[in-house]
Amino acid sequence: MSTALLRVQDLTVVFGARQALRGINFELACGETLGLVGESGSGKSTLARAILGLVRPARGRVEFLQQNLLACTSMQMREVRRDLQIVFQDPLSSLNPRMLVGNAIAEPLIIFEPALDALARRQRVGAMLERVGLAAAMADRYPHELSGGQCQRIGIARAMIMNPKLLICDEPVSALDVSIQGQIVNLLLDLQRDAGMAMLFISHNLAIVRHLSHRVLVIYGGRIVEVAPSVTLFDSPLHPYTQVLLAAIPAIFGSERAHTGDGRAPAGAAGVLPDAAGEADIGCAFRHRCRFAVAVCANSVPPLTQIAPGHWAACHRARDWQSNAGALSL
Amino acid sequence: MIPILQIEALSVGFLNSGAMNQAVDQVSLRLAPSECVGIVGESGSGKTQMFMAAMGLLAKNAVARGSVRFEGQEILAQKSALRRVRGSKLAMIFQDPLTSLTPHLKIGVQLAEVLVHHNGVSWHEARYIALRMLDQVQIPEPKRRLHEYPHELSGGMRQRVMIAMSLLCRPSLLIADEPTTALDVTVQAQIIELLRAVREEFAMGLVLISHDLAVVGGLAQRILVMYAGRIVESAPAEELFRHPRHPYTAALLKCIPSVFSAPRTRLPSLAGQPPRIGEKLDACAFAPRCPRAAERCRRERPQLQVAAAGEFACHYPEEL
Repeated sequence: MSTALLRVQDLTVVFGARQALRGINFELACGETLGLVGESGSGKSTLARAILGLVRPARGRVEFLQQNLLACTSMQMREVRRDLQIVFQDPLSSLNPRMLVGNAIAEPLIIFEPALDALARRQRVGAMLERVGLAAAMADRYPHELSGGQCQRIGIARAMIMNPKLLICDEPVSALDVSIQGQIVNLLLDLQRDAGMAMLFISHNLAIVRHLSHRVLVIYGGRIVEVAPSVTLFDSPLHPYTQVLLAAIPAIFGSERAHTGDGRAPAGAAGVLPDAAGEADIGCAFRHRCRFAVAVCANSVPPLTQIAPGHWAACHRARDWQSNAGALSL
Repeated sequence: MIPILQIEALSVGFLNSGAMNQAVDQVSLRLAPSECVGIVGESGSGKTQMFMAAMGLLAKNAVARGSVRFEGQEILAQKSALRRVRGSKLAMIFQDPLTSLTPHLKIGVQLAEVLVHHNGVSWHEARYIALRMLDQVQIPEPKRRLHEYPHELSGGMRQRVMIAMSLLCRPSLLIADEPTTALDVTVQAQIIELLRAVREEFAMGLVLISHDLAVVGGLAQRILVMYAGRIVESAPAEELFRHPRHPYTAALLKCIPSVFSAPRTRLPSLAGQPPRIGEKLDACAFAPRCPRAAERCRRERPQLQVAAAGEFACHYPEEL
């Protein structure tokens, strides 16, 4: 497939003795939303930072618009940033407190379209503010005068003003109130429909990831353990870790499936992420928490294998679950 | 039956450069012994400040009025009565367990200290009780943990330590303020399960404060919804989820994407934002965002009225 917008190959990031990412491979098509889920420490944010060139990988390749980003000079990387933007979790701390929000949104224009005069820039900023659902007059405010939801809209406006081809969203709604989260989700959907950008959407909120994504990638201990179209992943997960994650979604009384009948923590949820140093490399990193682990799980790392069209899982027993649907019920 | 906690007309305001900003506005509630109540609201709704006032932990510029009775004893006005029960019979845990633990003391010392201070037991005995409590909150290798510092534990383990600490003096009421917000979903499920287990075992009351209806819903028998410093609805959990009466509760339930919603469709969303603390309100605080609001809502503030299953404060409630 040469149409991939982003292609990540064998991406490995090492922090001292710890391997934060271990041989990550995936592709992202133009206009696609790829959800990325995993626990804290699983490597989700490190993956985003490695794609953006904010951490240096030990090995691997990040290809964006057919260009190897790891071989780019800083000047070339600056050009790439026009098409590759990020929205962070904490909207207030990612804005300069002493800069008017209008100037913060205008910064990319100053860099990439220096020919634009101040009036034209102001118009572009005003139009962008309106696209994210704020008044154009908001340009003359400081970040501390705005609410969390408004700051996140500013962050999105700044990221979107150059019409990037890929928007990386790192937990963009986690710090927001519940009633505001829905507004931001709708805004991202609207912007994507109009601007057609692809999104890499990182979140620990599985319901929101399911809602926004075409495909979802589950990461555990620095490795991809499952990839599938969003609805497939939620309806028929193959990896036991994905099952544990789904079962842990708190359910509104009476309106959802009764995960384990009485809302108790699912079996296998106990335990924590393995220490990323060394040990996990010998076998499946999840085996200590997995109630289905067998001898082979301790002896070799299960490769990411295509089990059904578009549905990949890294589990020695994935075919068992697939051939015997329901056997994995927790 | 004497309520374990009875709050009457509690108001909390913050004095800021001469102006008084009202965070909690004339809130009343009663908790039966060993009842589990969930308090839900967005940031700034007053849900935390209400209980910080009860615990005597308000900021210096705060003023609290009204009455808080714990097991029949006034504790808002009478600080000596509060000091006798706080940390022993009346305990509170917070969102961030790392900042609630002293970074330079070993876990064992911090736990034992509580018992030595409140119960006057010896350090040796206190350590033994602490060890047993760590075991009870399902901390693996509790003996080793006693000699560790807070930073050596994961977030979920720290929250377990906090829960263990709050249980040492066998409280009759535990207030848990966003106890799982900083944790991963799988760890969140474990902590909720732990709270369920210890509540049964210790037969204690539990107040679970959260911005997330779903987190509260798995545990609470009754849920109070707060908006702009007031309680706008109160009902048994199941009733609240099935038949919300206040439009704010109904909107909150609708705008959470569920694992059943149609992917990539617009979510029914609640426009606007909650009022800022200190905004003068002589109308319904929710009226500017409310799909059901009429002229009366902008003129007259609705009072809590008793409904079949609970209470709500709305002129034009959702039909049953």
